[in-house]
Amino acid sequence: MTESPITRVARATPEPVSRRVRGLSDRAIAWIFVAPTIFLLLAINIFPLIWTIRLSFTNYRANRLNREVEWVGLRNYERILTDDGIWMNMQATAHFLFWTIVLQVLIGFTLAWLINRKFRGNDLITTIIVLPMMLSPAVVGNFWTFLYQPQIGLVNYVVEFFTGIPANSFSMLGSVTLAPWAIVIVDTWMWTPFVMLICLAGLRSIPDYIYEAAEIDRASKWRQFWTITVPMVLPFLMLAVLFRGIENFKMFDLVVQLTGGGPGNTTLLASIDLKREAFEKWRTGYSSAYAIILFVTVFGLASIYVKALNKVKER
Amino acid sequence: MTMKRLLAASAVTAVAGLAASASQAQDLTLCWAAWDPANALVELSKDFEAQSGITMNFEFVPWPNFADRMLNELNSGGQLCDLLIGDSQWIGGGAENGHYIKLNDFFDANAISMDDFAPATVYAYSTWPKGTPNYYALPAMGDANGWFYRKDWFARPEIQEAFKAEYGRDLAEPKTQRELMEIAKFFQGREIDGQTVYGASIFTERGSEGITMGATGALYAWGFKYENTPGSYDMEGAVNSPAAVEALEFYKELYQCCTPPGYDNAYMEQSLDAFKSGQVAMAMNWFAFFPGLYADPNTGGDKIDFFVNPGQNVEASTLGGQGISVVSYSDNVDGALEYIKWFAQPDVQAKWWSMGGYSCHRSVLEDPDFVNSAPFAGDFLEAMAGVQDFWQEPAYAELLLAMQERLHNYIVADQGTAQEALDGLIADWTETFEDEGKL
Amino acid sequence: MSAYSITEPSSRAKWTAGILVTLYAVITMVPLLWIVATGFKTPSDAISYPPKVFFEPTVEGYVNVFTTRTRLSPEALAALPPPANFAEEIVRQYDMVIAGPSRFGERFLNSVIIGFGSTFLSIFLGTLAAYAFSRFKIPLKDDLLFFILSTRMMPPIAVAIPIFLMYRQLGLSDTHLGMILLYTAVNISLAVWLLKGFIDEIPREYEEAALIDGYTRFQAFYKVVLPQAATGIASTAIFCLIFAWNEYAFAVLLTSGTAQTAPPFIPTIIGVGGQDWPAVAAGATLFLVPVMVFTILLRKHLLRGITFGAVRK
Repeated sequence: MTESPITRVARATPEPVSRRVRGLSDRAIAWIFVAPTIFLLLAINIFPLIWTIRLSFTNYRANRLNREVEWVGLRNYERILTDDGIWMNMQATAHFLFWTIVLQVLIGFTLAWLINRKFRGNDLITTIIVLPMMLSPAVVGNFWTFLYQPQIGLVNYVVEFFTGIPANSFSMLGSVTLAPWAIVIVDTWMWTPFVMLICLAGLRSIPDYIYEAAEIDRASKWRQFWTITVPMVLPFLMLAVLFRGIENFKMFDLVVQLTGGGPGNTTLLASIDLKREAFEKWRTGYSSAYAIILFVTVFGLASIYVKALNKVKER
Repeated sequence: MTMKRLLAASAVTAVAGLAASASQAQDLTLCWAAWDPANALVELSKDFEAQSGITMNFEFVPWPNFADRMLNELNSGGQLCDLLIGDSQWIGGGAENGHYIKLNDFFDANAISMDDFAPATVYAYSTWPKGTPNYYALPAMGDANGWFYRKDWFARPEIQEAFKAEYGRDLAEPKTQRELMEIAKFFQGREIDGQTVYGASIFTERGSEGITMGATGALYAWGFKYENTPGSYDMEGAVNSPAAVEALEFYKELYQCCTPPGYDNAYMEQSLDAFKSGQVAMAMNWFAFFPGLYADPNTGGDKIDFFVNPGQNVEASTLGGQGISVVSYSDNVDGALEYIKWFAQPDVQAKWWSMGGYSCHRSVLEDPDFVNSAPFAGDFLEAMAGVQDFWQEPAYAELLLAMQERLHNYIVADQGTAQEALDGLIADWTETFEDEGKL
Repeated sequence: MSAYSITEPSSRAKWTAGILVTLYAVITMVPLLWIVATGFKTPSDAISYPPKVFFEPTVEGYVNVFTTRTRLSPEALAALPPPANFAEEIVRQYDMVIAGPSRFGERFLNSVIIGFGSTFLSIFLGTLAAYAFSRFKIPLKDDLLFFILSTRMMPPIAVAIPIFLMYRQLGLSDTHLGMILLYTAVNISLAVWLLKGFIDEIPREYEEAALIDGYTRFQAFYKVVLPQAATGIASTAIFCLIFAWNEYAFAVLLTSGTAQTAPPFIPTIIGVGGQDWPAVAAGATLFLVPVMVFTILLRKHLLRGITFGAVRK
């Protein structure tokens, strides 16, 4: 095909659309259908990405239009990769990523497994449970700062009620040791339902006859769980982990509202630090390099993971 | 039909350029932070609307986002704001990057003299480079960080007695930072009316400017300076002087000994919450909030009184406040200048003060009745006599964020020593100034 | 799904499961209910300590979220006519008068325009692309599909700088159109993948029969395939909407006045001195309602949509 889909469409329009369309080949239709999507992605994802790569080799600042832009080669990358602070941020990100995924998978799978016993009213309860994920993460983060407030918030009083530790003796968001867990708790509260839904879909996709066959073979329930349920749900679970992983690697809104990265950088996730460099300090070149490093990391990890996922699916 | 929609969808990007909103030339939009004085300005501006026939629109952004949003707006050459009451530290960037219009010619043509405004406010809110007669704003809202306390608690005989027994002096407004800490320690954990109360709520916020604005209250009182010689960017020995280290250690101790639990990321709102919910005996905040605090039904009136930031080695307060500037991207520059001309008139300035705005006009401040016009008016004059401000460099945001991080890590997260924090700060700032080509 | 037989859990197992899940639901609802409850407190009840579980409800938060208020001197206040409505009455208690509407209404409307606009556009473009990927031979199909998916992995901030610069050039900063295009670009990868899964499941025979009957490809597409894919479209729409409705990072960076949506706005609602928690809570509650209604209406399809069409039998 020599003409681009766009020109073809443009040529097609002046006449009554339906008549012209009749004449379009399947192939042309295919391109017309796909082209807007590809075009949009090229314009708003790929083009900016290439631009970011370009900027990452300069000392450009988006707030200094009248300053001369210089090529600085790999200096931005060098500065980032040798900066201890950024490795600390990566560790904070890893802590957040690891524990949110572990907790959400454990709780989410358990819930799905229980709901799949189809007790009466399970539909209603499922709908209630998924409500937190409908909220805006920024609003959730903001409101949880209120809930975590030692004096006027609810969380510390609940802890006091169950453990006897006085409510005003600790601060979830203010303590260097507690804050990384405080953000994990909120994310888990919000996104466990998502993992649960995926697991539930997985559980419901297991045909009953497999269990029936196992019953006939007199396999114990325990054995059925490990040899049928778990392997059959595993691809779904891995998918859930992929989504949560990608999303939490990009995590910005929830945590920025909760802690703003503090105290003492303990919850300064990479993406929050990046936003600060790019849009508060306006070090555009430097932050572009930072962005590229993060993108390559998440892309690389995700690719490896997708390969593993495909292997599991093939089994 | 499907085809048409498809076409429409792929054509949207082409017409995107036309989508920019065109505001009407007869309207003016004034941008400021969303807080008590802004509401007063809306009322005040009704007179301007009546006189000029120009319709005023207002865009008030809450403090935590104010700098982000407005600097973003300026940097993207946005036409949202015709007039901007921007923070004092933005003046360098506003001038050097051409966001603000230089007002000298306009002032001359309309007989507006900067001599009519309090010198400290002109220096801080209007000039760039600092102290030169190049004006990019008209002082609009004087402000400084001050303190307020529960007068009713201080007045109770049993509390008075207990304090005297413990410290050997009368319980009164503190005259030094050390006295302030003693009072805070005294109240910390005390039972008053069946509730546990705390010493003081202070700024510890990390994300924008909170902890810097709070801690500089102590730093300036100990005689902190940014440079050995102004304009030299020579910071070694100034920023990390022994006095500065002592002041920072003091602020950390104050945070640790005497603040209510959970005030580890607190700025204006939290400080006000703590006071209004009856948790603290004293609190720091900007003078701008004092009219509202005084009017509060629960903790205002005869229950509250105010004092200026106590000195230690010197008398000094952290500067707040803003000047009003004309944004160069505005399509109604004439209207905007008209507004400034109106706003600069002495009688408008007098009304501004009466409505809760802190006028910087000398005719208002030097009026003999001024001191008695509000319980905090005298304190305001005293504070403005000794105000000091953060860097106002174009790179101020970078400088500020570095200080925020260093201070919060030391004070709240308890990492390292004060000396290390200030040494680290010099390193951060040196890097920024080197990037800027100023070092 | 086949009829339950020996795999049907015992009633005791059902009971235990029911109780455990209900327990979780109750715990998870507490913060949510706390938000709703706070919306009906007065500002001083909201920040009282210890927190108040029982309180006298008021709509003050709702009044505050929709208005801006000005403090007046007692003399000026005394000169005013008596309050005209309940909202005025509430505000007067604090020596204030209502100065005008707040920005909340506008922000909410922006969220509706941008959220539903981009959902519509994502679904529209996504359905076309998914249909093409599902039915036609396209060179490098798998690569293109992976390319589409991979755009989802990009941290928003990574492309935010050039998008910021690009929008500044094109005049798209702070416009509805700019935000709709942006959210569509983010959502479209999800839409294509989900919808392709659904369309794959529709037997080709239906369209082929229609084509033989003299339908064109287009007619076959919108008269045969679209109705069949309706449930899939609905569930895809939920996920696109949830994202576009709640997005924060781009909204905070690229919008300021005219096109700002509610998520960056709600956390910053402050009253006279201090964060107005009841107003924040009221705003958050109102903001949850549309997406909640949408979800409850389409809840049957939620489960199908979430499998992403990627893992199927």
